[in-house]
Parts: sequence; structure tokens; C-alpha cells
Amino acid sequence: MTTIAESHHHHHAPTGIKRWLFTTNHKDIGTLYLLFALLMFLTGGAMALVIRAELFQPGLQFVEPHFFNQMTTVHGLIMVFGAVMPAFTGLANWMIPMMIGAPDMALPRMNNWSFWILPFAFFILLMSLFMEGGGPAFGWTFYAPLSTTYSNDNTALFVFAVHIMGISSIMGAINVIVTIVNMRAPGMTYMKLPLFVWTWLITAFLLIAVMPVLAGAVTMVLTDKYFGTDFFNAAGGGDPVMFQHIFWFFGHPEVYIMILPAFGVISTIIPTFSRKKLFGYASMVYATASIAFLSFIVWAHHMFTTGMPLAGELFFMYSTMLISVPTGVKVFNWVATMWRGSISFEVPMLFSIAFIVLFTLGGFSGLMLAITPVDFQYHDTYFVVAHFHYVLVTGAVFSIMAGAYYWLPKWTGNMYHIGLAKAHFWLSLISVNILFFPMHFVGLAGMPRRIPDYALQFADFNALISIGGFAFGLSQLLFVAVVYKCAKGGQKVPAKVWDGAEGLEWEVDSPAPYHTFSEPPEVK
Amino acid sequence: MNNVKLLKKLILTSLLMFAFAFALVPLYDVFCDITGLNGKPNMEQAKVSANSDESRSVRVTFITHAQAGAPFKVKAKRYSVDVSPGEMERIEFIAQNLSSSDKIMQAVPSVAPGRAAKYLHKVSCFCFNQQPLTSKGSADLPLLFYLDETLPNDIHEVTLSYTIYDITADVKGKVASNSNSDGELTNENSI
Ligand code: HEM
Ligand SMILES: [Cu+2]
Repeated sequence: MTTIAESHHHHHAPTGIKRWLFTTNHKDIGTLYLLFALLMFLTGGAMALVIRAELFQPGLQFVEPHFFNQMTTVHGLIMVFGAVMPAFTGLANWMIPMMIGAPDMALPRMNNWSFWILPFAFFILLMSLFMEGGGPAFGWTFYAPLSTTYSNDNTALFVFAVHIMGISSIMGAINVIVTIVNMRAPGMTYMKLPLFVWTWLITAFLLIAVMPVLAGAVTMVLTDKYFGTDFFNAAGGGDPVMFQHIFWFFGHPEVYIMILPAFGVISTIIPTFSRKKLFGYASMVYATASIAFLSFIVWAHHMFTTGMPLAGELFFMYSTMLISVPTGVKVFNWVATMWRGSISFEVPMLFSIAFIVLFTLGGFSGLMLAITPVDFQYHDTYFVVAHFHYVLVTGAVFSIMAGAYYWLPKWTGNMYHIGLAKAHFWLSLISVNILFFPMHFVGLAGMPRRIPDYALQFADFNALISIGGFAFGLSQLLFVAVVYKCAKGGQKVPAKVWDGAEGLEWEVDSPAPYHTFSEPPEVK
Repeated sequence: MNNVKLLKKLILTSLLMFAFAFALVPLYDVFCDITGLNGKPNMEQAKVSANSDESRSVRVTFITHAQAGAPFKVKAKRYSVDVSPGEMERIEFIAQNLSSSDKIMQAVPSVAPGRAAKYLHKVSCFCFNQQPLTSKGSADLPLLFYLDETLPNDIHEVTLSYTIYDITADVKGKVASNSNSDGELTNENSI
């Protein structure tokens, strides 16, 4: 195992741009992933603001409907594949080797590749917006025939970009699995793994199982559109509904790919600031595994209105509701960990508590959507938009923020400006709810998603939502400021930054030296 | 297990899952076939039916719908018929080509309710073949069908719906693409 990982330890790392281009160091690559994710978060965020500016008032103000559709599509693609997933891969790169006492990731060369192909994917995707005819406008779900019969010729670029993103995350996932299986320090048994490592291990298996299915789906779209196949074309014996089955067979596990690592981060932070051991470690592991398993048998809850037979609707309704059982186990365990703890409210803890409350709210709206008969009303309305933004923004994104505030001092050796960070938290917390909570109401009242205009009665709520949107978007600039200042300098921190923290990562100096655990630590 | 061995296994798994995505296509058809889900009727030519169950009567309605841009008008001469399960019935459709060039049309059937699909047998159907129509021309197209005697008792009405597609460009394109590297097949009639 050590031959690959150690061969580069002996010559000195080049400096400047070459250091970053050729690096095989897990910390460098982790940093690259995180910075890239931040850049994409801001890019996707800017597109969201275009959407919210257009929806501030009824009628068409700023953009053409076709451009509006491109904005919703590319916003979704960038946030999913460019912001949330790379951010978690960045955290995995930085933290997994340090948490399991390994000197590096198991396959460092591949690690370099899996990061460096990513910018090209997004470059291609973003450039297609400037080409004649524009970029993809069929939604991040690229349903056929929107993406086949009715899309423009630039669709090939979309397909190519998604292929690259997929290859990148599969390589990342393979690396995580090989690292965790082969490079644990002596004595680090599976049931001693920190939960962040466990959740990532399971996520990596999900990625390997479903990213290739996504690749298959885009390939079929490509051949249907350009090479005359008829996978999704009824005239040639294909079936457009089959597209949705294949897409959601990928799509639902994908949403858990974006939330399981978040569970890992929260399970790390809550015990630290409650100064107690995590309640129910083993049940957390089993709950994560059951969620991963169940995520494969619920996909058609996205398709209740496609005319499924009753038996199918019942099956997918109950299996979907079943998922909230292991999810509930997790929420209870976090709350039980805080129960009677000596809680202190440092910034990572603030984000984590907000996560627990608001993610659970997203789970509740998910449960409502799982009820087949009512989903006929909620489907494709802003209620769905509210649901998935609660689980993804106040869920996945808040957990990434929490993780960043938790480990930033370890990465840089400096404490960040706490006042600024708290301002970031409170502004985000308030604005995110102004942004997404009213979406529940307009959704229930029937406002459809992905439409650039709306009926007059939705005007007040939409103005409010847009104000929340701009406030939330601008608040994120504070995060950029905090990170920038922290990287530049600040109050020095000790190895163990938080007194309640546990884990191998707190045994190495702050900032974490370029090479850690070249000698494996002893785990008792 | 050493790194390379594990790496190979994981790459192989990814490739298998990629293949699985394509395997879903036939699996999907088989699944719909067995369960009769999705209103996909049997596209095989059925044997003729010998006896019928006179105690029941089921109303079968025929609707047609030309896909956007397809220049065809297709109509059943009888909008609906009452049949007993097992009883064979012949229906004539009139198909017209509304455009002023020669066209090829393809009809794709679908049955509602979906679970009735596997009980509808077609002894002959114009949907089994591509139908060429000369410019402004029309043709009588026959359908010979019956409902299976095992049709569930609670089904009293069945709708057979045909979506009509213009496949002229596809058919010509497939011929043309042998000599021409531009394989793009777009529906030239979509407006
Ligand atoms: C208790 C757990 C959950 C349940 C019961 C649930 C249920 C549902 C249902 C039924 C829909 C389809 C609604 C419709 O289109 O009509 C849906 C959509 C969605 N859910 Fe969830 N969900 C849960 C958790 C999550 C989590 C954890 C995530 C991601 C982190 C997530 C992300 C999404 C997304 C992105 C969509 C919309 C996809 C689209 O159409 O663009 N959900 N959810
Ligand atoms: Cu889902």
C-alpha cells in the first residue's frame, strides 16, 4: 500500500501554479476541491439571483423565457455537481486520511486527475450558455423529449460535461473506498471509524452504483438526439417515461449522496460542543446503511403523476415513508447527544443546530410529498422547490459551512474572525427562511416551478422570496471574507482547537503539516 | 486486499453499472410486458379467437392523435364498439396525408386503463407496419382485434389510443446516413 503513497514524499513539491497542477497531496487536493466548490457556489448563486430578479414581479422584466430556463437548469446542475458534491469530496480529501491515521489517499495520482478534469466540465457547461442557441434549458433533470426532440444542438456539450463530472466523482469515490479499506491505522477497526468516514464510505458506494447509470442516461440522450436511436422516442418503439425511471434510479440515490456526508459532519460537531460522546454510534452506522439501501427502491416517488398503476404508487409511497424511519433515528440521536450536555454555541455548533431543525423541516415536507394522492397537487409546484431547498441548502450547504468553520482553524492554523462568522450565520439563517419558507405557501396555492411568470395573487410572496434570496446571496460574501482573512492570518490556535473535540485530526499540529501520519499512530 | 486489486474491482463495478443502465431498457420492456403496466399493448400478431364470452360486454373506444407537426389525420370509422370478450371485431381507420409531399407514418398504440393492455390482442393492425402515404393521399387501414376472455370483470371500458408519428425523415435519414456522415435525424416537420 505504501509504495504509491510514499514515492513522492521524498522529492520537494514544486512551487507556484505547478504545485497545484501536479499535486498529489491530499491536503492540497482537498483545498482545490473546496475552493472550486466555493467558486461554483457563487456562480450558481448568481444564476439564482437572475431567477429571483425575474420573479420579483409578475410579468417578464429582465430575461427571455428561454434564458430563464437556462438559468434554472444550469443553476441546478452547478449546485449539485459543482458545489455540494465537490465540497464534500474536498472535506473527504482533507479529513479522511487524518481521521483514520493514513499518510495520504490511497491513489494520489488518480486523486489529482479526478480534481483537474472537473474545471473543464464546468467550463464546457458554462461556455455553452454563450453559444448560438444557448445552453441546456430542459431542467437539471433533462427529461426526454425536452432534451432530445426539443433541445438545441449544444446538447452534446451538456452530455460531454456531465460525462466528465461523472468520471470525476467515480474516481473520487473509488479513492475514498480504497483509502478507507486499506489505509486505516493499526487498531482503527471499522466500528471505531469516525462517523464522517463511515458516511463517506457508504456515499462512495452509492456513487459507484449510480453515477454510471447517469452516464448511461446522458449517453442514451446523446444517441437519440444525434445518432437516430429510439430509446426515448415512442415513434421508434421507445418510451419517454422510461427516461424518468432511469434518471430517478440515479436521481434519488443522488440526493442521499448529497446528504449522507452532511450527516457525518453533523455527527462530528454535535458531540464536540455538547461535550458528550455521540449517542448511539452503532445505530447511526446502521441507519446510514439502511438509508443507502432504501434509496434504491423509492425512485418513482418523483413520478407519481406519470400514470403508474395503483400497486406501484402504493409501493413507492410506503417505501418512501420508510426512509424517514432511519432518518428519524439520526435526528433523535443528535438531540439525545445534546440532551444534558454542556453545550456551547461556537459557530460550527450554530450551523449544526440550524441544520438539525431546518433539515428536519425539509424531511417533513418530503413526507407530505410522499403521500401519493396529495403529491398530485404538490408535484411540480414551488412546494417541491421549498422541500428540496430545505434539505439541500439548510441541510447539505449548512453542514458544509459548519464543517468549514469547524476545521478551518486546523487547515490554516488561525482562528477566523468570530464576530464576522456569527454575522454570517445569523444573516444566513434569517434570510434563508425568508427565501424558502414562503415557497411552501405559494406552492400549496398552485404556483408552478420553472416558469418565468406567475399569476398576480402570488406577487407579494414572490417579492418577499426575492428579497430573502438577495439577502442570502449577499450574506455569503461574508463567508468569503471570513475564509480569506483566516487564510491570511489571525490568532494562532493549538493542535486541539476545540476542547471537546475528539479524533486523530486534533493530534497533529495546527496548521496541519504538509505530511501527517507518515508513521501510523497507535489507535486504542 | 491490495490497492490495485481493489481498484480493479471498483472500476469493474462502475462499468457493470454503466451496462446496467442499458440493461434497464430491455428489462423495462419485459417488466411492462409481463405486468401489462404502462398501457403498452402486445405488438405481436395474435392468433384468431375461437369462442367468446357472451355474458359480458365491454365498450372499446378508439382515439387517435397526431403528434405535433405530423401532417396526418387518422380517424376510426366507428368511434366505439361494444364487444364481448373473445369476440373478434374489425375496425376501419381512414388515414390522410395533409401535406403535399409523400410521407411515411407510424402509429403507436396505447391502452387505458393500463392493466387492460395485456388483454387486448391484435390479429392484424396497421400499427405493425410503417404506412406510406402519397401527397394529399388517403388510405383505409384495418384493425382486427379481440379482448381476452380472462379480462378482469371490473373492466367495462377500454380505450385504444393511437399516436401518429411522421417518420419520413427517420426512414429516409437511415437510408441516407449510409452514404452521408451527417447522421442527425431531426423531425423536419416540427414547426
Ligand atoms: C424524509 C425524507 C424525504 C422524503 C420522504 C422525500 C420525498 C420526496 C418526494 C416525494 C419528492 C417528489 C416531489 C414531486 O416532484 O412531486 C421529492 C423531491 C425531491 N427531494 Fe426529497 N425527500 C426526502 C428527503 C430528501 C433529501 C434528504 C434530499 C436531498 C438532500 C431530497 C432532495 C429532493 C430533491 C432535489 C427533489 C426534487 C427533484 C426535482 O424534481 O428536481 N429529499 N422528495
Ligand atoms: Cu427522491
